[in-house]
Amino acid sequence: MSSKGKSVAKKKASVEAEHEYEGGLAVIAPDAIKDPGLEPHRVRMTDKSPKHEKAAERQVVFLFLLSILGSAFALYAYFAYPLSETDLGSVRNNTLFLGLGITLGLMGIGIGAVHWAKTLMPDAEVSEARHQTRGSEETRARAIEIIELANQESGFTRRKLIRRTLYGALAFFPLPGIIIFGDLGPNPKNTLKHTMWEKGVRLTRDPYGTPIKASDVTIGSVFHVIPEGLSELEHHKLEEKAKAAVLLVRVDPKELNPSKGRENWAYDGIVAYSKICTHVGCPVALYEQHTHHLLCPCHQSTFDLANECAVVFGPASRPLPQLPITVDAEGYLVAQSDFTEPVGPSFWERSA
Amino acid sequence: MNKRKINNARRSPFAAILVIAAGLLVAGGGYAGATAAVAHSTSGSYTQEQVDLGKKLFLSNCASCHGKNAEGTNYGPSLIGVGAASVDFQVGTGRMPGQASGPQLMKKPVQFKQDQIDALAAYVSSLAPGPSVPDEKYLATNGNTTRGGELFRINCAMCHNAVGAGGALTEGKFAPNLKGVEAKHIYEAMVTGPQNMPVFNDANLTPTDKKDIISYLKYIEANPSAGGEELGGLGPVAEGLFLWLFVLGGIVGITIWLGAKSN
Repeated sequence: MSSKGKSVAKKKASVEAEHEYEGGLAVIAPDAIKDPGLEPHRVRMTDKSPKHEKAAERQVVFLFLLSILGSAFALYAYFAYPLSETDLGSVRNNTLFLGLGITLGLMGIGIGAVHWAKTLMPDAEVSEARHQTRGSEETRARAIEIIELANQESGFTRRKLIRRTLYGALAFFPLPGIIIFGDLGPNPKNTLKHTMWEKGVRLTRDPYGTPIKASDVTIGSVFHVIPEGLSELEHHKLEEKAKAAVLLVRVDPKELNPSKGRENWAYDGIVAYSKICTHVGCPVALYEQHTHHLLCPCHQSTFDLANECAVVFGPASRPLPQLPITVDAEGYLVAQSDFTEPVGPSFWERSA
Repeated sequence: MNKRKINNARRSPFAAILVIAAGLLVAGGGYAGATAAVAHSTSGSYTQEQVDLGKKLFLSNCASCHGKNAEGTNYGPSLIGVGAASVDFQVGTGRMPGQASGPQLMKKPVQFKQDQIDALAAYVSSLAPGPSVPDEKYLATNGNTTRGGELFRINCAMCHNAVGAGGALTEGKFAPNLKGVEAKHIYEAMVTGPQNMPVFNDANLTPTDKKDIISYLKYIEANPSAGGEELGGLGPVAEGLFLWLFVLGGIVGITIWLGAKSN
């Protein structure tokens, strides 16, 4: 390019920039990165040597043949590795070989087609300049003309009553749509604050529902507990279990540090805590016998069972709720009441 | 007519005695059964020679930490009442004698022969009753694996992972992998609660329950996953890492190849 041509191009660019940004507040860097232009055209090996061209052709043919083979193998595998109801291992062979065959069938076509296009089809680079987003003056004038004509013909500005009632109708029609959002779920009402536990409900083993004697729970023992009657529930069994699941542990009574008012919530070193993490509700049941730590496997919240399950590590913000327990006349462990606070993670209406 | 007959029988003076007798029988029998289940602990059938040999082995190998009379010191707990099962587990898996203190005593090559372990167990169980080495019949793997799987998921899987692959606990402790662990040692671990593992006594999980759990573990050990390579069965971390590194890496590679010009 001659030096004259260069300066003309430069001048043109600066005029354009002035035109576009005049009067604006934006600060435009005067020496923005220069357009590097197109890369010089590089000739491919397949264009230079007929030997390479032949090789590329063979590769594409090979890939398509591989695809045929893969599909044929998938057909074969479907019959050769049938699913069997008695042998679970048959699922593995069936899905593995069928999948491998189908993969080869599809990948062969795909990779072959791309390879063909990249090595053998013409590789001339074409650049398409962007055009301006703004329409031409004539287009703009014509658009305004059309809008004005429509206004004139419909009388949208002239007939005020029609216009205003239309606005009203448009404002009202989404309201039924909003109101039916109320049907998205039943109001949980009090269900988040109460569980199946109440005075006198026996603590029973998960999953068989057999009651637990205080004498069964030796020091260091852990029982996974559900309330009596849970297994017989006909509705919402899992919802109730998710709230009422309890971990029962016996430690040396001397190691427990109950706060005032909670001294009689344990029975001779047997304590029951909600198994639902106060962070996001995972079951906390990784109990360490000697450290008395309860670990939540999801986010590593750690609770100190000896100190009313106070949080000693992790993202949980509250201790696990304790279930006050005692024994009934027959020596079985029973709840003194429901939990005294909602179990599980925080929710909007939770008071504390 | 019939109803009146029953009513008459109910008023008979013998009725009260009968009811009381039946009540006593049920309550007493039940209690005896329950206590027997908890105190499932015999001193075993060890000979005096075994006890004597065990005492010698104990004094030369264990007493430095557990005390000359197994009463415990600052370096090791008292072994009075831990039972033969505890000794058989700790020494039989190589955890004892301990090699180095740390968050958890590690499994290592077993240091004693089985007859020496038996002698140590004989000595410790002679000190006070405790859980004994399990009966062979509960170690067979022909239990109900479905039931065992359910019990395992409720009582064990939170630490040991649903397929027994093990998992992390707090401050460097961990629940070990259960693959390849002898049935006897799994049973003993449940009964005695070694290190930080809680105890699952026979009132919580009956010997049959334990047998079912062992059968489940041995079943999944013998039957590999139907879904293909398990990546250790460790769950979302291992599987997610595989997806991020290899599958996404492969997709990135293909994308680069698609956009690159041929040579």
